[in-house]
Amino acid sequence: MTSVPLSWYLILSAILFSLGVAGFLIRRNIITVFMSIELMLNAVNLSFVAFSYQLKQADGHIFSFFVMVVAAAEAAVGLGIILTVFKNRGTLQIDDINSMKN
Amino acid sequence: MEVVIFLAFAIVAVVCAVNLVVQTHPISAAISLIVVMGSLSVLYLQLGAEFIAAVQVIVYAGAIMVLFVFVIMLLNAQAERKTGRSLVARYIGVPCLVIFLGLVTFLLRALIPSSDVVTFGGFSGGTARNIGRILFTDYLLPFELTSVLILAAILGAIVLAHKEID
Repeated sequence: MTSVPLSWYLILSAILFSLGVAGFLIRRNIITVFMSIELMLNAVNLSFVAFSYQLKQADGHIFSFFVMVVAAAEAAVGLGIILTVFKNRGTLQIDDINSMKN
Repeated sequence: MEVVIFLAFAIVAVVCAVNLVVQTHPISAAISLIVVMGSLSVLYLQLGAEFIAAVQVIVYAGAIMVLFVFVIMLLNAQAERKTGRSLVARYIGVPCLVIFLGLVTFLLRALIPSSDVVTFGGFSGGTARNIGRILFTDYLLPFELTSVLILAAILGAIVLAHKEID
């Protein structure tokens, strides 16, 4: 066997996405939670590129390009929010950041 | 050979993703994520997505992750506190995750015919030339809207960095 089945790429993508969800739910550091979101976006990109190969169209590449752009914008704003939260609260634990609860 | 390359980089990606989830210190998680992104760019090359592979390394591993590492070092982030509320995650979440992944694997293998294989060089539409042509013809409006999004993100980042928010 010299070629890789397409389903392997999609299974890898599903595994990475699930690990991203798990990290998002169980981590308690706001920066690690944010990095789990980036992992999920990467997993989706792998799916896009794999389907793009299968359909022999480059549209999936354009979509993953846009996902990267949105991720870059999100990282800039999100890290700005994290900096502001740390400046005001002095903590990165998401359990301590609950002022919108009440 | 292609199977060997795929398996090697897929295993590296999964191991580093697991490491990202289990590490308590953010800098270890950041370095794991950089390795995941590097191995994914090799898989993109295998799928014929040269431009996306390059952008993955330059933008994701190069720019976004440097921003993350910069913030981690700036804030001197320490290992996170144990909260002691992870019993549900351990005894229900992990089995649910494994069952979900098993179902997804079963469905994908059942739905996608085994004749669908990926061979290196089987798709040559992922060059920068072709991507650029599509981006500036069919996807011109989304591309222009992206510039508005980035402008908004820049303004948001500047406002957040300047203002004192209670």
